[in-house]
Amino acid sequence: MALKYSDKVMDHFLHPRNLGDIKNADVEVIEGNIQCGDQIQMQLKVNPETKVIEDIKFKSFGCASNIATASAITEIAKDKTIEEAKKIKWKDVSESLGGLPQIKEHCSILAVETLKKAIKEYELK
Amino acid sequence: MDYAKKMNEIIYLDNAATTKPLQEVVDTIKEAQENNYGNPSSLHLLGIQADNLLSNARKLIAESIGANEDQIIFTSGGTESNNLAIKGSTIRKKGKVITTKIEHPSILNTFKSLENNQEIVYLDVNEQGFVDLEQLKKEVDENTIIVSIIHANNEIGTIQLIEEISEIIKQKNPKTLFHIDACQSFTKTDLTIEGIDLVSINSHKIHGPKGIGALFVKNKKLLTQIEQGGHQEFNKRPGTENLPAIAGFAKAVEIAMNEKDKNIQLMKNLQKYFIDKVLNEITNTKLNGPKDRLCNNINITFSFIEGEALLMMLNEKNICVSTGSACSSKVLEASHVILALGKKYEDAHGTIRFSLSKFTTKEELDYTIEQLKEAVKVLRKISHLG
Repeated sequence: MALKYSDKVMDHFLHPRNLGDIKNADVEVIEGNIQCGDQIQMQLKVNPETKVIEDIKFKSFGCASNIATASAITEIAKDKTIEEAKKIKWKDVSESLGGLPQIKEHCSILAVETLKKAIKEYELK
Repeated sequence: MDYAKKMNEIIYLDNAATTKPLQEVVDTIKEAQENNYGNPSSLHLLGIQADNLLSNARKLIAESIGANEDQIIFTSGGTESNNLAIKGSTIRKKGKVITTKIEHPSILNTFKSLENNQEIVYLDVNEQGFVDLEQLKKEVDENTIIVSIIHANNEIGTIQLIEEISEIIKQKNPKTLFHIDACQSFTKTDLTIEGIDLVSINSHKIHGPKGIGALFVKNKKLLTQIEQGGHQEFNKRPGTENLPAIAGFAKAVEIAMNEKDKNIQLMKNLQKYFIDKVLNEITNTKLNGPKDRLCNNINITFSFIEGEALLMMLNEKNICVSTGSACSSKVLEASHVILALGKKYEDAHGTIRFSLSKFTTKEELDYTIEQLKEAVKVLRKISHLG
């Protein structure tokens, strides 16, 4: 049985959104484990007054769905406040991509964990 | 380039997973299905006709490895051959069983299933995938029932020094059985059964049909059947024979043996061309396994990127490859073979296997290299490593 990705997953994989680095990012985190074969780097730029995530960028080492979920979560989180972004669930990410193969659902969990880690680090600053 | 325009063509570089059946093979199977549907066990004329087909196929396959007809047992493929060889040799005994860390899952998991009854040893390999002969020498003892070693590795193409290994085993204990899994190497390198007790071979890796394979058994008295049923296959593997597939298998063997030297040379030339070009033209790439290897196998690590992502990107360009082993492409762990070579995890996750066949052309490889360069560039831009 081959892995079947949705068109949306393939679209994000082949055309990742918010890829790269933010100049003067407020925070940069890396989450995930190379041993497991996937890792995401995420940077945030947050408006200090409104607490809105004004910019969010990622880079990643991982499979097609790792890249697609990282890309998708940046789209979901962008322009949300920190408090709103905290509420993003892995299901929101996977549903925004039209679902993930079961064996790849952990990719959306990693994407959420990376965002949470970034927010936590921002709040600790 | 012109070739890239022919996008409706599929470039199949996953021949270690399976191969395209030859037209002659397809015709042979069809002929057997339509005109030779008898049961070889039946006593009437259709049975005799079917039994003749079975005998001829068995004879041809036996001769291809220098065996006698009554030493060939047909099975459903490499996995069953490996199960039968290992379980059938150990089921009535208690002792030590030895294999390596770079086996196909059908061996590794069969050994795992013996853990409660037997002492199991998994031999180390060096950085090129060759079995540690000193360790082998140390481990084979009077209690050793069987040593099982993959002839040519399915992921990295390392061809083990079978004669030396056999000598070591038999010197330490002449009663220890030596099994090789030759599913990848059969007809793609020389194979002599001298000093070997059991050999697994299969059909679909050599342009034959799926679902059929064979086990060479030097001394059938030492092998116990692991399934119960009729008397077929010398009482070692019950069930009505899959005659159309057996006929197709024999046809594939016949053609492969006739073309053996020519095809090996053709694949070796393409293999060298591809490896040299990729290592020279794409930075941070490493060949996994030895330079001199099974003629159709290429395994390369592309640093800083993950294999599945690269596979998917090549797939978008109609190029079919695999990450390590096709059997594990749905498993998230890094390849156990690459890790056994002592490589880092990120390198183990970033490997791609390109496996050639006699149908592979230089044009296909040139197109693949062009697409590879582009895909690697894109994915390295996405990666935060490197």
